[in-house]
Amino acid sequence: MIDLDDTDRALLRALQGDGSAKASDLGRAVGLSQPATWRRVKRLEDAGVIAGRRVVLDAAKLGFGVTVFLGIKLATKGRVSLEDFERAVSAIPEVQLVQHVLGMYDYRLKVVAPDLSDFERVLRRRIMTLPGVGDVEANVLLSEEKRPLPI
Amino acid sequence: MRELDAIDRKILRFLQDDALISAADLADHVGVGAASCWRRIERMEQSGVIRERKVVIDPKALGLEVEVSLRVTLDKTQTDAFDRFIEAARDVREVNEIQTFLGRVDVRLNVLARDMAHYQEIYRTRILALPHIADIEALMLVANVMTKEALPL
Repeated sequence: MIDLDDTDRALLRALQGDGSAKASDLGRAVGLSQPATWRRVKRLEDAGVIAGRRVVLDAAKLGFGVTVFLGIKLATKGRVSLEDFERAVSAIPEVQLVQHVLGMYDYRLKVVAPDLSDFERVLRRRIMTLPGVGDVEANVLLSEEKRPLPI
Repeated sequence: MRELDAIDRKILRFLQDDALISAADLADHVGVGAASCWRRIERMEQSGVIRERKVVIDPKALGLEVEVSLRVTLDKTQTDAFDRFIEAARDVREVNEIQTFLGRVDVRLNVLARDMAHYQEIYRTRILALPHIADIEALMLVANVMTKEALPL
């Protein structure tokens, strides 16, 4: 882990607010020259603090009206390797996110679909047929709010 | 909103895969001129199909090693339970995601903490103090297996 000073943290907060901010604007916001800002952002990228950049699309406007989060419990732990399950579930196009968790479920999935009947089809044909799947709980996303990280 | 055509969708697929792809490379890949490619992207930004460009920050690199998904059931006999709960949850600095659901879970909070002691402190002093909680279950993140979040366009 690299040491971050107050200026690094201010930069990260600014970038979190506006991911497409130019180095000149960022520099002005934190009181640095453009080249100095650029060097700091580069250092944060090299150290993995800035892990990447992403284009966020509007799922609903692209025809994916339904987002469902699934909790999955594996029925046959040990017999089927976790890697097999993870590889298979990650290859389903509708699956957006796969997290290995500890608690009443083993995995947390985010799935998108055009509507609920399409979702049901993905659930029955693709997800319930995965190796080792036991209990599945589905919750349909109604609203989502991302908050800034505590930097 | 103007319908998206096959070229627009192709542009979005490449952008989902690599947000930093240069306009020239992108135009090459989808087989249109750079100016036309640029106009299409601008149009999709204006119509909100492209919502934003985001910087992905790794919480672990900031020393936030513990990530817990708290699945909350609210006491729905209180008419304003959702609003009051969410409003109060916004004031908890360590909560970086608030989602509401139709299903067994009403609200999910994503909580980030430095370590288990820090998590326990947040949980006891901030989370359990939130209004109208009927039940809470926790799922602790072991590993992000896949986080592409690429829509199947």
